[in-house]
Order: sequence, then structure tokens, then C-alpha cells
Amino acid sequence: MSDAATIDTAVVAVRSAQRIRRDHRALTAYGLVAPAFTLMLLMLLGPLASVIALSFTDYQLGAPAFSWIGLANYQEMFADRVFWISLRNTLTYVVIVVPGAVTLGLGIALLIESGASLRSLYRTIYFLPVMATLIAMAVVWEFMLHPQFGLVNGLLRGAGLPAFSWLQDRSTALCALCAIGIWQAVGFNMVLFLAGLVSIPKQLYEAAEIDGAASAWARFRLVTWPMLGPVTTFVIVISGIRSFQVFDTVHILTKGGPSKSSEVLIHTMYTEGFEFFRSGYGAALTVVFLVFVLLLTLIKARLADRGVQHA
Amino acid sequence: MKTLRAIPLWPVIRHLLLIAGAVVLLAPFIWMISTASKPPEEVFSSELHLIPHHFALWDNLKIAFAKANLWRFLLNGVIVTVSIFVLQVLIALPAAYALAKLRFLGRDTLFALVLFGILIPPQATAIPVFLLLHKLGLLDSYAALVLPFTISVFGIFLMRQFFKSVPDDLVDAARMDGISEFGIVWRVMLPAAIPAVTAFGIFSVVAHWNDYFWPLIVLNSEQLRTPPLAVAHFRNNEAGTNYGPLMAAAMVIIAPLLIAFLLAQRRFIEGITLTGIK
Repeated sequence: MSDAATIDTAVVAVRSAQRIRRDHRALTAYGLVAPAFTLMLLMLLGPLASVIALSFTDYQLGAPAFSWIGLANYQEMFADRVFWISLRNTLTYVVIVVPGAVTLGLGIALLIESGASLRSLYRTIYFLPVMATLIAMAVVWEFMLHPQFGLVNGLLRGAGLPAFSWLQDRSTALCALCAIGIWQAVGFNMVLFLAGLVSIPKQLYEAAEIDGAASAWARFRLVTWPMLGPVTTFVIVISGIRSFQVFDTVHILTKGGPSKSSEVLIHTMYTEGFEFFRSGYGAALTVVFLVFVLLLTLIKARLADRGVQHA
Repeated sequence: MKTLRAIPLWPVIRHLLLIAGAVVLLAPFIWMISTASKPPEEVFSSELHLIPHHFALWDNLKIAFAKANLWRFLLNGVIVTVSIFVLQVLIALPAAYALAKLRFLGRDTLFALVLFGILIPPQATAIPVFLLLHKLGLLDSYAALVLPFTISVFGIFLMRQFFKSVPDDLVDAARMDGISEFGIVWRVMLPAAIPAVTAFGIFSVVAHWNDYFWPLIVLNSEQLRTPPLAVAHFRNNEAGTNYGPLMAAAMVIIAPLLIAFLLAQRRFIEGITLTGIK
């Protein structure tokens, strides 16, 4: 036997040993991902497919059988006044809370960044509402908005202004919920903006100064605002998605009332799906909600990709 | 923002504006503590005063704990959030390691599914998951509260990104030492990933401690109530009759997270803003 042949067999042996090890490793890999993958199918992807399928059935929880009814749920939904009120209220909520929470978040972040002292104290204070259990704070807000003994009306009366029955009045209920939504989201947006502000290179401000940007406003317009662009869009989309999901405050404070004036999509879905157990119809409402949220999420995914390229 | 500093008295103006904003933002917390410290006759008075004439915080807390089994509900909160987090880690870490460091057929498809899963809002799957738990006879149990959240695609994504940055040499060295792939996940990757796991843990615990939607849907029994459900029921039973104990109960429910937050602010802000990426 020649040396070359020995080397060859040795190489083959090593290679096949490597291959066996690699195959073995691939097998282990399947073992490692199996629990996650199974649960993902069971709790996430399966249910997602089911909710779409359910929306084409008349299934009700506890019913012995169901039938495929095509688009009947959607037809019923589009003909239902409550659905349109609910959709309009949800969009109104988003259109009020997003600009409110984004502008205030940016304003507070800029104020905090404009000086050196007490930065982290302010950041902590403004972040507190994000941490506090929303349901508990909603109950506190309810008492603050109490028509007779609440703080808000007390202050208004003190200032000689008219008082309101905030949550019991159809013209103010949704506005009151928006105010709570903004109160809760501001700190979250502020933190994202602070991170964005810190990452703006200081030289840009110096360069702008040399180029004659003398006022604070000119510098904001020439450097801060364009540099914050991606962060701002990102914050707007996230705030939009979160606002679309509004439920807790509505459910505990108004139940969508008075007379549907604060009814929102997820609350309608909850009522149909989990109080009347009309699973099929609730699923159709979910699909509408899903379309809106996925649209916003896709915009965000696009931006996140671009963000990665920038970095 | 240097030029703002050139404005005379800017530091003073900055503090005045920020303090004014802080007062508005903290008003609910201050009013909650103030009301929780007042006896009923002071709560139901049209005259506004912040400091109670008669300090009744202990009385109100005593009434709150007597009317609702708050200790039990807090314990439920701990049991549920801790179980969810532990299971999430046990399930996500091996998958994240395989996706980051091993080569196998279907890996890219699986990762694409993970990315897709992140896009799905939790409310979207509520009806089918509820029906599934109903079929399995698991409604109104700890399992109903925990099981749907044991899979965190976001956790898998986060840990996979982190594991990518762990050097391959470290993994190879462990293999040389004869550590199995499964052992590598827990003995090499987990210790390297503690900061990421901590941030994810805070994110997970805060989200599920504060969650109201899911427990509301699957629970019936009083003894299983999580903290947010407990406040909601307390409010439904008590509202209009006595706000002092209600505010005291709200304080008790938000206290654990707020205290933890004040003790480790930076970590908490890091953890919570992860939702931004989500």
C-alpha cells in the first residue's frame, strides 16, 4: 500500500467523520428548534390562519356545528352602524393620540437635552406613566375626572370655567380617553427621541454654526430635525400601532359608551367574540383590525431595514 | 441645542417648563396617594386639598386588604409573570442558538416565520387561542394565562441577533471540551447573553404584569385573578361608594413594578423600549 493511498483513506475517514458530526449536529438543531416551532404553529401561526378561516363561518362557541357562509360576516359588518362608529372612533383616537404623544415626546426630549442638570431625574419622572399598570391608573383617572369630586373639575371650577361629566358625556368621553392615552405614551416616545438625539454627531451643530445657523430654531431645522427623521417616522408608526390596540381604558371606563361614542375596534371585537361568543363575527372584526395594524407594521419593517443599513 | 443655552436664563426656563410638565404627568400619582390617605368625608368634599386633614392611609390600606385578597392577587401576578418568563427562555434560547450558530435545512424558512410572527399583534389570535384552550378544557386556570405566551418569537429574534455576535471560537472550544450542543446553549451562550436576557426579562415581566386583555378573557375564578383584574373588580364593586380604599388598592398593584423601576431605571428603560423594535 502506498503512502498516498494511506493519506487518501485517512482524509476520507476524517471527512466522513466530519460529515457524520455535521449530520449529527443538524439533527440536534432540529431537536433544539422543535419545541419553539411546535408552539409557534399551535399558538401563533395556526390561530392566525384560523382567525381568517373563522371569519368565513357562522361558528359560535358551544354550537354543535358550523357552516361556511362566505362573506356574510363581512356583509353584516359593513351594514352595521356600530362597526362604522367603532372604526371611526378608533381612527379618531389614533389621529389625536399619535400627534399628541409624538410632539410632546419630542418636545420633552429636546428640553431635557438642552441642559445638563437633572437629566436622569426628569427622564425617570416622565417615564413613570409607561411603567404603571394602565388599568390601575385608569381607575385613578376616573376619579380625577369625577364630575363632582374630581381634581379636574375642581381646578376648572376654581378657575371659573365650566365643569364636565367627562366620561359620562358623549361629546367628551373619547377625548378623555385620548388624554389618558397621550399621558401614558409620552414617556415612551421621549425615551426613543432621547436615544436619537444622543446619536446626532456634535460636529454637525458646529458646522451649522460656522455656516451661519445662529438661532436655536435654525439649528433645529438644519440639523436636529433631518437627523431625527428616521427616529420620528419610527416613533409615529409605533405610536400608531399601539393606539390602534386601545382597549384597557375603554373597557374599564366607558364600555364604549355613552351610546357608542367611545366604542373602538378591539372593544367591539371583545364584545362580539367573548361576551356574545359570536366567534365567526368576532374573527371578521379581527381581520379588519389586522389589516390596519399589518399595514403600519410593514411600514415600520421597511424603516427598520433602512435603519440597519444606516448603522 | 447649544444656542438655547445662550438665551439668558435658559437653564431656569428649562427647569420651569420641565417641572410644569412633570407636575401634570405626576398629577394622577399624587392624587392617588392623596386620596388613598384621606378619610371618606374628605374624599367626598368639593373643597380641593392635597394634604389630608386626617391621615387615613393605613385605614384605607387595611380596608383594601380586607375587602380583596390583594396578597393572593399579587402572588398570582408573580406566579404568572415568572412562569411565562422562565418558559419563554427555556423554549426560545435553544431555538435562537440553532438559528444563529447551526446549519440545517429549513433554517432560513424558520427564521422568516419568526420574523413574520413578530408582526402579529396579540389581539389577532385571541379568538382561536381561546377556542383551543376551551377544547383542551384549560380555560380559567394558570395554564390558560401562561401557555399562550410561552412562545415568544420576539425573544427568539432578539436572542438570535445577540448569539450572532458571540464568536464561533467560543462555541468550537466548548465542542472540543466535549460539551453537547444542548449543553452549549446553557453553559456557554446563556452566560454570554445575560444582559440581553435581563432586558428581555424586564420587557416580558412588565408586559404580562400589566396585561388586562388576556386574563379578562380566560379567567372566571376569583382566586386566579391577576393584579390588573383585581383592581378592575375592586373598582366595579366599590366605585362611587369609597374611593380611599380603591386608590390604596391601585397603589398596591402598581407598587412592585414602580419600586423595581426606581431601583434599576436604566435597565428598565432599556427593557421597555425593546417594544420599539418589536
